[in-house]
Amino acid sequence: MTAIVTVRVQREDFDTAAEIAALSHGRTDIGAVVSFSGLCRGNDHAVPIAALTLEHYPGMAEAEIMRHAEQAMARWPLQGLTVIHRFGRITPGENIVLVVTASSHRQAAFEAAEFLMDYLKTNAPFWKREETDDGGSWVEAKSHDDAAAARWTR
Amino acid sequence: MKVKYFAWVRERIGKAEETVEPPESVRTVGELIAWLTEQGEGYAYAFEKPKVIRAAIDQAHVQPDAAISGAREIAFFPPMTGG
Repeated sequence: MTAIVTVRVQREDFDTAAEIAALSHGRTDIGAVVSFSGLCRGNDHAVPIAALTLEHYPGMAEAEIMRHAEQAMARWPLQGLTVIHRFGRITPGENIVLVVTASSHRQAAFEAAEFLMDYLKTNAPFWKREETDDGGSWVEAKSHDDAAAARWTR
Repeated sequence: MKVKYFAWVRERIGKAEETVEPPESVRTVGELIAWLTEQGEGYAYAFEKPKVIRAAIDQAHVQPDAAISGAREIAFFPPMTGG
């Protein structure tokens, strides 16, 4: 059966269980499904956060995620993968991002999911702005995220 | 050419996109940043640390030495914080 690659950039929430089910439905060649959900936290270093607003670059966001999805498909024996990234205002506890990878065996699924998340953090054109009691500020990029993405180039 | 700005680069410049016509001597992304920096206070503020600024030509990441000739759309933005 052919591999199914789904990339969506959307304002609306998504149903994690339904996305996992959609990837493996009706197939008997998938032995492992790994999913990663990124959620909005209610605080950042003890500072309460009312919401995050995610700005994105329409068009490039989808293209950049698809480029990395294709790299993951080329690098690991995957039966399919799904990446969904939200934009707009997101409150604590809500979903931000979902990565689901499916493979015959777990190692490829785990590694590909981690690879996709590391690259989403550093290369997908999204920017988080935090709403706090004293207004808000843009979230700064973290050097450990760059280091996490760089390890896949080895 | 069309130029787009995102996140705090957009806020500092005060617009999300515009059409610019730099002189022919401006050939690379880095040179375009230097030229934009001279276009007003907001631009100078947005590009005060040019090494921090990321750029894309026609929706693909590029380095500062990338040539801008033939570009339809050039975007400038801070390091990304998605995921």
